[in-house]
Amino acid sequence: MNVLIVGATSAIAQAVARRFAADGAALVLAARDPEKLGAVADDLRARGASRVHTHRFDAADFAQHAALVEAVAAEASGGLDHALLAYGTLPDPSVVTTDAEAVAEAFTLNATSVVALMTRLATLLEQQGQGSLTVIASVAGDRGRPSNYVYGAAKGAVALFAAGLRARLAPRGVQVTTVKPGLVDTPMTAHLPKNALFADPADVGAQIHRAMVRRRDVAYVPRFWRPVMAAIRAVPERLFKRLDL
Amino acid sequence: MASETTHRRDYASWGRYPPSAPAHVERLRWRHALPPLDGGRPVLAYGRGRSYGDACLNNGGVLLDTAGLDRVLGFDREAGRLRAEAGMTLGEVLALVVPHGWFLPVTPGTRHVTLGGAVANDVHGKNHHLAGTFGRHVTRLGLARSTGERLTLEPGDPLFRATVAGLGLTGLILWVELRLQPVASDQVDVATTRFEDLDAFFALSERANRRSPYVVAWVDAQRPEGRGVLIEGAHVGPDAGLPPPGVWRQRRLRVPFDAPEGLLRPTTLRLFNALYYRKQIAPVRRTRTHYAPFFYPLDAVRDWNRLYGRRGLLQHQCVVPFDDGREATRALLARVAESGAGSFLAVLKLFGDVPSPGLLSFPRPGVTLALDFAHRGEETVRLLHRLDGLVREAGGAVYPAKDACMTPESFRAFFPQWPAFAEHLDPAFSSSFWRRVTGG
Repeated sequence: MNVLIVGATSAIAQAVARRFAADGAALVLAARDPEKLGAVADDLRARGASRVHTHRFDAADFAQHAALVEAVAAEASGGLDHALLAYGTLPDPSVVTTDAEAVAEAFTLNATSVVALMTRLATLLEQQGQGSLTVIASVAGDRGRPSNYVYGAAKGAVALFAAGLRARLAPRGVQVTTVKPGLVDTPMTAHLPKNALFADPADVGAQIHRAMVRRRDVAYVPRFWRPVMAAIRAVPERLFKRLDL
Repeated sequence: MASETTHRRDYASWGRYPPSAPAHVERLRWRHALPPLDGGRPVLAYGRGRSYGDACLNNGGVLLDTAGLDRVLGFDREAGRLRAEAGMTLGEVLALVVPHGWFLPVTPGTRHVTLGGAVANDVHGKNHHLAGTFGRHVTRLGLARSTGERLTLEPGDPLFRATVAGLGLTGLILWVELRLQPVASDQVDVATTRFEDLDAFFALSERANRRSPYVVAWVDAQRPEGRGVLIEGAHVGPDAGLPPPGVWRQRRLRVPFDAPEGLLRPTTLRLFNALYYRKQIAPVRRTRTHYAPFFYPLDAVRDWNRLYGRRGLLQHQCVVPFDDGREATRALLARVAESGAGSFLAVLKLFGDVPSPGLLSFPRPGVTLALDFAHRGEETVRLLHRLDGLVREAGGAVYPAKDACMTPESFRAFFPQWPAFAEHLDPAFSSSFWRRVTGG
């Protein structure tokens, strides 16, 4: 089994990768920091990955996308089985309320670069006629909230894109999976005060792994977020805009 | 990333005494990208908070939460060598290595301790008489000093001798390399033998230490004579034809809230201990079990420390040399029985003579007795001080990893070599325990 993980040094991605490593998968890891990438690769080798390739990769630099996908196609002998896009940033709400450049930058990384890379990977998987493409969106993408609508809009764009891609690729044997995590206790959320809603990255990783292997369409992790977000989506806008969520 | 333990945010110790609050917590994620360690306030690594007293606390200082340092650097499945970051727990190590026919060389009574904690406290287990302490099996370790230096230490280095059992005070342990022991299955053969009194314990234990790799005794601390049950274990050998080791899925109970203070009162303890003693009707009983319930019976009850109520629990583990170990143990048990404080779990073991590798290692040849008490205020502390006094008279020592009460005088008596250790301290590191026992 060949698995590509982009953003492989994130806490959630590492947890997913450990599951695949325990299954003896061959892993291709892409991330920005070579030292962190090396530490993660060593860990996954020791945990049972049959092979680990690493690529220094910056998703914000679109020029690197084609080369990465080409390299993955070459390294994944027998075909790419799973691809997971797990990178992203959580922009500081106090900055992105007024800083238009920061908004554009956050949107470029969290949405534009993701859908661009998904397009290239979709082409590869479509040529193969099999495989799955999983993207980490967010519950924040289900409704625009005053506290994080820049991040939410980007994740919402990714989820909408994934839904369309899923429908397009379904007849061709390619699965597109949208993962919507709620609050997860990771470095990305390190600055937020923690409460009982925060999930452990190891648990979230295990659930994402399961969603990928079982070829789910949309997976909320942890699962309680599905009814919660259904309820939040059902609130009429007239009322919602007065709620402080 | 063990799901059950990464969520600890109270940064307390397992005994939940003394109360303590760090000024700040740094959650470490990458061994290559550490925050500066010399920021003014004293720093201390915090693993999973399984030390009972204040050895893992740094009241008013900075705690370096090592839960994010849980990566394996290398696992040689043929040679049985593991190198992993210091925040990986022993349970995570077992989950990784047991399916390949390896086991920890030494393990304490919980698998929710980190490798770093196991080194920093030079922990011991039921096989001490054969294997010595955990530190004996560490072949190398990585240490970050507050100067920015990154050191690789080996058993011959003076700083290695200070870091093993060094209570995290010589710097930040980044990774640990250890030798594992081979096992043919995940099962353990267990024999339990009832004994009437301390003399019978000594006779049985000496014999058991010669034939069994794992030996420990539970003792009824409600009564002075020292009756109890001796437990022997051995990994099931290859000739038993068992399936290869698998993954253990334990059903876990949980203590959801602090028990009322009256729960573990002397009467209930007497009842529990009497039942436990009488549970075993036959003088000797043999069973075969998975390693988890054998080594980690209490891990099956999550947050069992809450049974002791809001004020927490105080542990006391001492070792007294063999010379008059029997008399000293008798005196300790008599003092506990007479106090009426009652210990829920009292454990007796004969340590072996394998030398401990750390300057401040606790295990040494002799009898070790571990007791726990619900914290009832001053009277409990006074009892522990009296026990400390008996241990000092016998020329023994008390285990810092379990201690919250020893005086500076007792510490100096238990660890007269401490000035040699102190030369290796990292000036940026300190702990509540260290400040308490050195008055610093």
